[in-house]
Amino acid sequence: MAESILEIKDLKIQFQNGKHIVQPIREVSFQIKAGQTVGIVGESGSGKSVTSLAVMGLLPDRISSIPSGEILFDGKELTKLKEKEWRKIRGNEISMIFQEPMTSLNPVFTIGQQLSEPLKRHRQLSNKEQKAAIIKVLKQVGIPRPEQIIHEYPHQLSGGMRQRVMISMALLCEPKLMIADEPTTALDVTIQAQILSLLKKITSKKDRSLMLITHDLGVVAEMCDWVVVMYAGEIVESAEVNELFDRPLHPYTRGLIQSLPSNNERKSKLYAIQGQVPKPEQVKQGCIFANRCPLAMEKCFQESPPAFQEDGHLSKCWLQSSDEGVVR
Amino acid sequence: MLDFIVKRFFQGILVVFLVLTAVFFLMRLSGDPTTLFLPQDASREQIEAFQHQMGLDRPLYVQYGEFMGNAVQGDFGESLRTQQDALQSVLDRLPATFQLAAAALILALVIAIPLGVLSAYYRNSIFDRVAVGLTVIGQAIPTFWMGLLLIFLFAAQLKILPSGGAGTPIHMILPMLTLAFYSTARFTRFTRSAMLDVLQQDFIRTAKASGTPTFPLIMKYALKNSLIPIITLVALDLGELLGGAVITEIVFSWPGVGRLIEQALMTRDFPVVLAGVFIIALIYTVINFLADVIYAYVNPQIRVK
Repeated sequence: MAESILEIKDLKIQFQNGKHIVQPIREVSFQIKAGQTVGIVGESGSGKSVTSLAVMGLLPDRISSIPSGEILFDGKELTKLKEKEWRKIRGNEISMIFQEPMTSLNPVFTIGQQLSEPLKRHRQLSNKEQKAAIIKVLKQVGIPRPEQIIHEYPHQLSGGMRQRVMISMALLCEPKLMIADEPTTALDVTIQAQILSLLKKITSKKDRSLMLITHDLGVVAEMCDWVVVMYAGEIVESAEVNELFDRPLHPYTRGLIQSLPSNNERKSKLYAIQGQVPKPEQVKQGCIFANRCPLAMEKCFQESPPAFQEDGHLSKCWLQSSDEGVVR
Repeated sequence: MLDFIVKRFFQGILVVFLVLTAVFFLMRLSGDPTTLFLPQDASREQIEAFQHQMGLDRPLYVQYGEFMGNAVQGDFGESLRTQQDALQSVLDRLPATFQLAAAALILALVIAIPLGVLSAYYRNSIFDRVAVGLTVIGQAIPTFWMGLLLIFLFAAQLKILPSGGAGTPIHMILPMLTLAFYSTARFTRFTRSAMLDVLQQDFIRTAKASGTPTFPLIMKYALKNSLIPIITLVALDLGELLGGAVITEIVFSWPGVGRLIEQALMTRDFPVVLAGVFIIALIYTVINFLADVIYAYVNPQIRVK
């Protein structure tokens, strides 16, 4: 079994606004092995992005804290790092592709100027070498005429091209781990497919791990080796990708899969999970999904279920308890 | 770009023309200078002779036509008071005004931009609150009163700086401080809010995710974006400093254009007023034009291809 590049253990994240405290992430644990693509799936507000920002050390510094838990990256504990040490990791060993390619590039600097930034910070290269490295990586992500593009400004490029630029920026320093936060959400459907196949091509290279954050199970099925399903700041299910789609254990995951519109048949009505993700401050006792769960039992409202595990397939649901007479 | 420049040029000419027209008629509305120039017991003949000599007895539209005809050739007539060429006497005062405006502007920018940036970066800290408080005071104090306060403190009490006049660099300190005070407050507030806005943008997070340290993050990636609105404000303020430093120039007896125009107004010295207004309108137009050019340089999105 390959070594894990990222290991998150019982991570808790806390936001404090005056006396108001919320915990958007509670007891989250998962790992990403070298070369693996792990999908983090969940609705808006489930804590996917916050988790990824914690791995990048980009949580808003004054209001957030990590009261407990560990983030081990390549054996290094990240939660206690100083800002200076973070800077050596960001853009170098871990890099990130953001959701909004339209606003994630600086409008007043050229593409070349912006792409040279990670190289300037992490590599000692001459200007000529920098330029060569940038052009090489732009070619790699399929940008035509890179020699001209580096002198252009973001507004001169389309959304898909900008996302390619973002991906090339993330690739520049050959990071061990890349995080892509909804990389295709803001793009047209046809461009989405192009970007996904580009990401797939990039991650097919050995030892390049990707943490792919998305709410799109279709993307997960296409891209990932392993899936982590998050709900309201907790992991409710986690499994190998085929296992998850073949045998989803948690009612929430089943709901998500059922909600996928099918290409082949025209259903009269789309399936939707009723209700909304509870806000972190609304989380009370019992299972966090109980109030929306079609299979909720009395026990679900009283006690929070532990993580049941079988051959690595993890599910946080009382239905998996042997007491309930269902497969463990 | 050439289209843009040509268009701006003609717009500028129109602005100057309209300003001169408006001021010409307003001046005539304000009264006849004859009574101010002749002794009170002047005879009817003397008054008529003076009016005839000045051309004031002709119909207004004739006067206007003649004025514009001459103005186009750069001839604004002679000062009624000193008999010197009106335009020349305004131009003679320009260096003093420029000096003061430039000094005040530089001082304001040097203080305001770092202060605004720091305030935004440490938003809601004690530093930020004190800075914001000071800017409110700075914008609230009227210039004339600020000038008087400074004179009271540095000239009357401490006796370390002259209260007025010109000649040595020391004379410039108090008027410069007075002028810079208001501009500093305005620029600081503006820089702060522009920075706050930029610091929340996604591209700042992107730069941070590349491992950019705080200093270049703020001073390079964020500040260049914030400069776009600041440039507009600086251009407006510079126009005000060059043309509208009237009160400061009066308070400190600074021999600039503002004071000259004020004196000319008081004595209904039409040619000097019009020449002064012409110069100020011209300066405003040129500064705004330059601001547009710099704007296009800083913001590639509005650059004309």
